[in-house]
Amino acid sequence: MKVGVIDYGMGNLFSVEQALKRLGCDVIVTADVNELDATDALLLPGVGAFPDAMKRLADTNLASYLQKVKAEHRPLLGICLGMQLLFDDSDEVSLTKGLGFFKGSIQRFSGEHEGKQYRVPHMGWNELVVANRPAWLKDEAQAKHVYFVHSFYATGMDANELVAYAEYHGIKVPGIVTNGAITGMQFHPEKSGELGVYLLDQWLKGVAAC
Amino acid sequence: MLTKRIIPCLDVKEGRVVKGVQFVSLRDAGDPVELAKFYDEQGADELVFLDISASHEGRETMVDVVRQTAATLAIPFTVGGGIRTLDDMKRILRAGADKVSINTSAIERPALIKEGSDFFGAQCIVVAIDARYSEEDSTWMVYTHGGRNKTTWQATEWAKEAVRLGAGEILLTSMNQDGEKSGFDLALTKAVRGAVTVPVIASGGAGNAAHFYEVLSEDVDADAALAASIFHYKETSVAQVKEYLRGKGVAVR
Repeated sequence: MKVGVIDYGMGNLFSVEQALKRLGCDVIVTADVNELDATDALLLPGVGAFPDAMKRLADTNLASYLQKVKAEHRPLLGICLGMQLLFDDSDEVSLTKGLGFFKGSIQRFSGEHEGKQYRVPHMGWNELVVANRPAWLKDEAQAKHVYFVHSFYATGMDANELVAYAEYHGIKVPGIVTNGAITGMQFHPEKSGELGVYLLDQWLKGVAAC
Repeated sequence: MLTKRIIPCLDVKEGRVVKGVQFVSLRDAGDPVELAKFYDEQGADELVFLDISASHEGRETMVDVVRQTAATLAIPFTVGGGIRTLDDMKRILRAGADKVSINTSAIERPALIKEGSDFFGAQCIVVAIDARYSEEDSTWMVYTHGGRNKTTWQATEWAKEAVRLGAGEILLTSMNQDGEKSGFDLALTKAVRGAVTVPVIASGGAGNAAHFYEVLSEDVDADAALAASIFHYKETSVAQVKEYLRGKGVAVR
């Protein structure tokens, strides 16, 4: 299977590229839409700030390309900031419109719950709890934890689109979201040990099946 | 529930692990990538590589180590040692490290924290603090250059300043406890943890599994604990420490 990792200048793409290669994928890392068109699935990575990322996607015409990807029901996986970009908007730095593939807004963790302060960013291994099992995620995995590192999370989303979440100080932090061929993972599957590898593998198999 | 992290630390010099790691099962115990893989299999939550190379060539070798580690491991890792500029950070992070740790260079030029944080995001920037209790100051003071030079910074104040400038995590080493194997410095860890809102990794003094419990339990509540020699010399293993913590009701992976 050929996977196109969308390179729009945000973050370190080496680890995710290596993880996909270990799972037997052909991987190209590019911003060229013609090259991306010649792949079976697309991966939208991202580390950094939401407004910078949306600006880069717009400046490189990748934002309109991704709208086309959605309209054509091509498989797309957004990771970390790449997942957040799939939502309606974010209030990181200043209110910025996202790609709008999922209903909901990206907000900062408040850092306070029931009068007690908690850590921001949400950093480390947290347990993933499955809410709705999509067709591509059939079996239970042995490992339970994935690696999160983020200060913003998705709010107000459609409950049917939530696949799995992690509990963090009274918040059900969306961890995996799915809507048709579009999937998002807030954690880093490429850094999440056994379960991360399993989830990437399941997603790729789901892509191969459709 | 977010789990507490156990982090082995590897000292790497000119591309080789030093401190005489004793693992008979390993083909090459001096190979950082092989050792990293071993700790990953043991259940380590993250790894820290401390580059103690003195030469330019040694630092270049570290970039190769980082690239190979990133191609092999599926857990996050941090690289510290010899990172003085934004370009140094770029080289290490682009080779596949998840975070860089800065210590002396951050004290000498605090703007480096902000530059790194603005460019890569706070989650990539760990500020390492070496602290020693000073009778004269009646508090913990920050030391640089591997503990040789005392600064005018109080540990809690420097931690706050580092976070204000954009540090995403604090790696706190007690110089009083380091190498003593008599437990982490609980009072220091508690003081710094209370001073900042980002995660704090406690380091220095681990001698057995109970020491990890003390520093990670609710009273002190460090987010992670780091150790080197007790893991390298097989006095205990990451798996044993986690088993002990689980038995005590601490959430671990």
